[in-house]
Amino acid sequence: MYEIRIHSRGGQGGVTAARLLALAAFRDGKYATACPFYGAERRGAPVVSFVRIDDEPIKIYSQIHEPDLVVVLDTSIMDVVDVLQGLKGDGTVLLNSAHTLEGCAAVCRHVDLTGIALATDLVIAGSPILNTPVLGALAKMGVVTLPSVKTAIREMFADERNVRAAEAAYEELKI
Amino acid sequence: MLTIATGNKAVATAVRDAKPGVIAAYPITPQTEIVEQIAEFVTAGDLVSQYIPVESEHSAMTACIGASVAGVRTFTATSSHGLLYMHEMVHWAAGARLPIVMANVNRALGPGWNTWAEHTDAFSQRDTGWLQVFVGTVQEAYDATLMAFKIAEDERVLLPVMVNLDGFSLSHIMQSLETVDLGDFLPPYHLPHAIDTENPCGYGPMTGPNDYFRFRWDIERSTRDSVDVIAEVEREFAERFGRSYGPTEDYRCEDADVIVIAMGTLGKEAEVAIDRLRDEGIKAGSMRLRWFRPFPDLDLAGRDVVVIDRGYSFGFGGVVANSVRAKTGIEPYSVIAGLGGQEVTYNDIADFVRDRRPGEEMWFGVSADV
Repeated sequence: MYEIRIHSRGGQGGVTAARLLALAAFRDGKYATACPFYGAERRGAPVVSFVRIDDEPIKIYSQIHEPDLVVVLDTSIMDVVDVLQGLKGDGTVLLNSAHTLEGCAAVCRHVDLTGIALATDLVIAGSPILNTPVLGALAKMGVVTLPSVKTAIREMFADERNVRAAEAAYEELKI
Repeated sequence: MLTIATGNKAVATAVRDAKPGVIAAYPITPQTEIVEQIAEFVTAGDLVSQYIPVESEHSAMTACIGASVAGVRTFTATSSHGLLYMHEMVHWAAGARLPIVMANVNRALGPGWNTWAEHTDAFSQRDTGWLQVFVGTVQEAYDATLMAFKIAEDERVLLPVMVNLDGFSLSHIMQSLETVDLGDFLPPYHLPHAIDTENPCGYGPMTGPNDYFRFRWDIERSTRDSVDVIAEVEREFAERFGRSYGPTEDYRCEDADVIVIAMGTLGKEAEVAIDRLRDEGIKAGSMRLRWFRPFPDLDLAGRDVVVIDRGYSFGFGGVVANSVRAKTGIEPYSVIAGLGGQEVTYNDIADFVRDRRPGEEMWFGVSADV
């Protein structure tokens, strides 16, 4: 089982990213669950979502305490949340950032999702949309396939800019 | 069709497929997505139904009662405080023998204000005469909702059915969902005592002790009869659609020395704990209790039993633990866990089994010795 924890702020699309990721994995022929942890959710507050992907049906409903992959959609959260908590020894971090995470023992990937959203004009109510571009980055990392990402995005959103942003993130992320 | 959906979406999709003529509901976290999704189905024309956006849960149940007695299939959904607010009419629906189906997204009761999973809301309706089923997966939320209509509307039953799903942990999780083409699985709704404008008569007038007593006995008689009806419907569902259900979902119980009993998502996650325990050489199994009313007969003779309760009767003990004790004479290890959405993992459940003390009660995380 591959376990992913997504850190974001309320309104940034972390919950939707989790659902899109589960849907993409499902379209890859895997079993997947997406489970947001709902607190006293409000815009701007740190929120966390969980995705599990496996070849077998998944019977676990509790939170992910030892993730294989941590996704951080807003690096300012790292000032208040220990995003690396419980990360497996061979785990990976994906940051929405133009810069890598200095001094991080884990494998650290980074891609400027905010920049991609702005460049694609993927902005709603003044906020860049991160939940569709991040799927492209996850495809590049091999968590899901790019065709399934495009399928999943098109199942949930009509606006093709979401697909283009995911493709851009796929291109930009360096492995 | 195979897709991926939340527990709430699964319930709403089952309602779309069961085609009730009247839906009356009021939104409440974490049930809101059910009534929103049904409203979308109605707006889009995917479900032709009278959707009544009432001003309260009490009115939601009352509207369902009025429609049901007029011979129309009805559905509502609620949770927690909403369920308690309609409590008077929950009794009424059963007493009037109306096969209303209601989804209850299990949630704690305030104060303190808490929107997470707990079974106390459903337990508070235990003696209303409703049949109650607790589901553990998104697929089961869909399947059980469909079957609920058929069970409720069977003339041997004619009692309302409550489909319970854990708030957030099931209502908001996305899992795979296979919808079915119902065919003639669900026959048209026929209420033998429906209001007939050609033959007007009164309902619910003053009823003397002797007749009232007989009505109560009749509810119990039908509840007992529902055991066979539930089995028939679940068997037919399995034959038609390939997914089988029973009063409990038993996992690796055959040779088990110790059996975990829990409901809802904890009952499903317990299966992961069972696999871990088996790997250690502990012969453990799990029985996920699905039907709470009618409460099933359980074959537990000669085994240790660990009951995990997500609800409590203050001054008397875990509700399911006491039910198991009364039903089987076995003294279980009673674990109270998960109230108000308390995090309980499969590792915790495995610990409950390893550290079991039959006959004792333990409050997870707060008892002095845990």
